[in-house]
Amino acid sequence: MKLKSKLDLSKFSCIVIGVSAGGMEVLSKLLPSLPADFPLPVIIVQHLHKTSTGYYLEYYNEKCLLFVKEAKQNEIIKVGNIYFAPPDYHLLIENNKTFAISSDEKVNYSRPSIDILFESAADVYGEKLIGIILTGANNDGAEGMKIIKQKGGFTIAQNPLEAEFPVMPQSAIDTGTIDLILTLNEISDEFIKRDK
Amino acid sequence: MNTDIENIEIDLFLEAVFKCYGYDFRHYAKASLKRRIKNLMKKNGYKRINDMTSDILHDRSFFEKVVYDFSITVTEMFRDPLFYHNLREKIIPYLKTYPFIKIWHAGCATGEEVYSLAILLKEEGIYNKTTIFATDFNGNALDTARQGIYSLKDMQMYTTNYQKAGGKTSFADYYHARYKSAIMSKALSKNVTFANHNLVTDSIFGEMHLILCRNVLIYFNKYLQDNVLKLFNESLIRGGFLALGSKESLQFSCIENDFKPIDKKSKIFQKIQ
Repeated sequence: MKLKSKLDLSKFSCIVIGVSAGGMEVLSKLLPSLPADFPLPVIIVQHLHKTSTGYYLEYYNEKCLLFVKEAKQNEIIKVGNIYFAPPDYHLLIENNKTFAISSDEKVNYSRPSIDILFESAADVYGEKLIGIILTGANNDGAEGMKIIKQKGGFTIAQNPLEAEFPVMPQSAIDTGTIDLILTLNEISDEFIKRDK
Repeated sequence: MNTDIENIEIDLFLEAVFKCYGYDFRHYAKASLKRRIKNLMKKNGYKRINDMTSDILHDRSFFEKVVYDFSITVTEMFRDPLFYHNLREKIIPYLKTYPFIKIWHAGCATGEEVYSLAILLKEEGIYNKTTIFATDFNGNALDTARQGIYSLKDMQMYTTNYQKAGGKTSFADYYHARYKSAIMSKALSKNVTFANHNLVTDSIFGEMHLILCRNVLIYFNKYLQDNVLKLFNESLIRGGFLALGSKESLQFSCIENDFKPIDKKSKIFQKIQ
């Protein structure tokens, strides 16, 4: 299923990533591979326990060339940053490309929910959005990937054969709306070794 | 569905609700609101938001259902235990020095946090000189708050929260269990006035020593956030305290310079002007 040519990132404005069980390991491989001049903001929902402190931000920041931070209410989304949804809050994107958070009911037993971020990002970015779904043990994100595709965006799922918890990427693939199924290394390759 | 047209339909819907019933959601943060409107549309079997708009104009009972759907009632007792811990350690000592205390809990939803506050005040020995005004615009939620009856199965989690918040006795002292319900002790609501108040359209509320408004502002846009913060500023005495939700802040707001942070992590601020 792999495309021959690399993704043309200049056609996109934003990347959203959803990840659950097994997330720490895959993100600590993927995020440090992004170069300092990476042209798109990266916004991540990782299912964490609601009492999680900021330890993971420090951890990623030490490894990454991009700046890793927790998304704040009203904050303007900028290139050069990797944003995480705050634990126990849903993360959404407003039309003016700022963040909004909510403490609405859990969706798919999750808060933050991947579906909520993906749906609102698809609304704002349309065909300029890349959605990526990685390892996880539930089906959060499948509906969101479907909506990203409906709005003309590009969708990537981690190869379930490789994923530590295959349920989440597999659920997204089962919607029939995934453009590429890739291993983690292949995802990195799409983003790094691009032709200038 | 074309996103631009959908946004126009949402604006028309909110305009209809405001013009017809006086509830103003036009300055709510749009992303969340959009989700709720679309859920409402699906739940009630509509294909278009516009069809729902025309029905809401002619059906008050449908409007009331909508209002309650727009109000977020997700809450718990001693939510963010660290906040209650810091309230106890850092703010209560100030409040103790006043002969009487007025507290406004704005956006109290179904009341869990009002009872948490009442417990804390009791344990610190200042409940009897305190009046709590607990307000929300959702009448159904306020009824639940007034009754003070909650699901027994949540009490285990609330007990853990209570302990983490520095509770001094046993949480079970404050309710009695009947069938599957936990009924909060009436002594806790003796000094509480539950009242309908809309932060968007109603005005200031007495001279308060402490205002709690947690996880409400996140649903408002910047314009409305500033309006409500101004309202809080005017409702507080000099030296009074404002407590916000753990991801809310006064940074970049119109009242930033009138307050100083007392506890940055717990988002407690003191009025200094």
